[in-house]
Amino acid sequence: MRNGETIGPALLELPRTEVRPPNIGSWEEARKGFAWSVAERELGWGRGDPVNIGWNLSDRICRLGRAQKPALVWEGAEGQERCYTFDDLRVLSNTMAAWLGERGVGPGERVCLFLDRVPELYLAFVGILKLGAVVQPLFSAFGEESLATRLLDAGTCCVVTQRKHLPKVRRARTLLPDLRLVVVVDAGDAKLGEGEVAFDLDAEPRVESYEVFPAQPETPSVLHYTSGTTGQPKGAQHVHRSLVSQFLTTKWVLDLKEDDVYWCNADPGWVTGTSYGIIGPWSNGVTQVVLDAGFGAERWYSFLEKRRVTVWYSAPTAIRLLMKEGLVPVRRHDLSALRHLASVGEPLNPEAVHWSRDAYGLPFHDTFWQTETGCIVVSNYPGMPIKAGSMGKPFPGITAAILDLKTFEPIAEPGRVGMIGLVPGWPSMIRGYWNNPAGYAKKFANGWYLTGDRGTVDADGYFWFVGRDDDVINTGGHLVGPFEVESALLEHPAVAESAAVAKPDPVNMEVVKAFVTLKPGREASPDLELEIMNFVRKRLSPIAMPQEIAFVPSLPRTRSGKIVRRVLRAQEFGEPLGDVSTLMED
Amino acid sequence: MDDLRIAILDYVRREYLEEDDERTLSPSTRLISGGIVDSFSMVSLKRFLERKYDVKIPDADASPEAFDTVDSIAALVERLAAVRA
Repeated sequence: MRNGETIGPALLELPRTEVRPPNIGSWEEARKGFAWSVAERELGWGRGDPVNIGWNLSDRICRLGRAQKPALVWEGAEGQERCYTFDDLRVLSNTMAAWLGERGVGPGERVCLFLDRVPELYLAFVGILKLGAVVQPLFSAFGEESLATRLLDAGTCCVVTQRKHLPKVRRARTLLPDLRLVVVVDAGDAKLGEGEVAFDLDAEPRVESYEVFPAQPETPSVLHYTSGTTGQPKGAQHVHRSLVSQFLTTKWVLDLKEDDVYWCNADPGWVTGTSYGIIGPWSNGVTQVVLDAGFGAERWYSFLEKRRVTVWYSAPTAIRLLMKEGLVPVRRHDLSALRHLASVGEPLNPEAVHWSRDAYGLPFHDTFWQTETGCIVVSNYPGMPIKAGSMGKPFPGITAAILDLKTFEPIAEPGRVGMIGLVPGWPSMIRGYWNNPAGYAKKFANGWYLTGDRGTVDADGYFWFVGRDDDVINTGGHLVGPFEVESALLEHPAVAESAAVAKPDPVNMEVVKAFVTLKPGREASPDLELEIMNFVRKRLSPIAMPQEIAFVPSLPRTRSGKIVRRVLRAQEFGEPLGDVSTLMED
Repeated sequence: MDDLRIAILDYVRREYLEEDDERTLSPSTRLISGGIVDSFSMVSLKRFLERKYDVKIPDADASPEAFDTVDSIAALVERLAAVRA
């Protein structure tokens, strides 16, 4: 274990690439007198340029003279290729905005993108913002129950999807009175039903000129759903001003420069895939590449090599899967174009940092943020020494502290565990949870935004992740709410009671483990376990599927009857059970 | 195609594709890198194989590469079954 070992910037000075100073300069200098207006000036907001994110990602970049530069280089699972310039992005997002507007979608309405990583997802994202509507991206592997829950809560009026996902949308639609339009981007000769309309990007007349919705900084922009301990997922409401943080953090943390080729392998169904898979790179006028295919070491390395990727934003789970494949596949490829690596989603273990240095000649830089923060808030920066295993230091403009778990006062003492808290007010912080002001209010105490993550800070000011402060399960960088899993489990005809907790996992950090009691007459068996696993997977998503199910005679409960997940979780992690005096005895 | 490959293909089609999905699957179709089965769902596929063919697939062998095609999965099951025998 080399936890905490410092990797100095000298290691970045490799002969493979020309070394240029990082965009941030020095972190210490950047923090002095920092104001977000530095980004607003670069975005031209002082001149009265539009605030609308959609305009800023496309029209603004064209106006800067990069109209013919590739914005999106896309590769499909079967090796298909498409390339779109920033001018294509401008015109095709106009086309999408106008097309939706003509079909009655208006500003402020929620439009869901339920798509694989196809070009239409990226173009529609920009177009919906130009229209003034709110983009609601959802992971296309969601089952109909996860889909319906989120669309119902948001009162979504339109879903843009693909033929392969249409059956799920149709099943969910029976529960969705507000959903009046389903757009199918690859309908072909498919027979569409009432309220279903085909949209063919290649066939639709291109709209050269479009009057972009005059969004104000506080106009809603993107709605991402995230899971909590209790209740159903919450809609994290972002606004157009988020661009300020997303633009600058991309520039300073991911260090994107004009000639970079950037790959963020996150799916835009999750916030990383929009903040840094769409808004960040394009607001900086940088070419991004997208691979619409599942994981495969050989495939990924071929993609990195073929596309000459220079900056790669990935996740610990993916990095650990690559580590499992070893160095042999790495050595088969020329990855010399790579110059900067970053990671997000869950803590990056020191071994992964060191392995990446051995494998790629570059260390992964861990970054920390959440759906609610909208942008990176704590990070390891280019040019700043990395402490392997550490989250890094707060971004300039972000005040972070470790808070006492009872008083929520900042802890001065290095190494003492507390809640990671942030002073609210940075541009991309959410403005609320959709339909859930009480849930939003609970995220604050004593003037701090509470991340729900526990951590420590060391004497050098580096933050270290310790674990969640609640029952939320972080699996492969995705948060899974136990309540949603438990509810789905209870829908299975054999299940009487259920509890879902995190279980440690060497690749995904945590996975979902379920404890269930069975109804009378039902017997535990391996076949039943597999049946229940698949039942949850299809209703919710593969991420929420319990990777293990324990059939138990009873679940630990308080005397008032509430299931106590913490006892089950502690068992899984080999931790002390804590106070069990209030539990019911069997 | 042998019975083993037919059974795995049937299971993949039944569990991971929608009923009216018209994609054609063959033993060489890319499942993981092709986006048909994701790495999380691999666990349920692994459980199915272990149950049906009475083998234990070690975690080290249950890689996305090994599960990427029905052919590679069948080869893995055959190897483990031979060791058991």
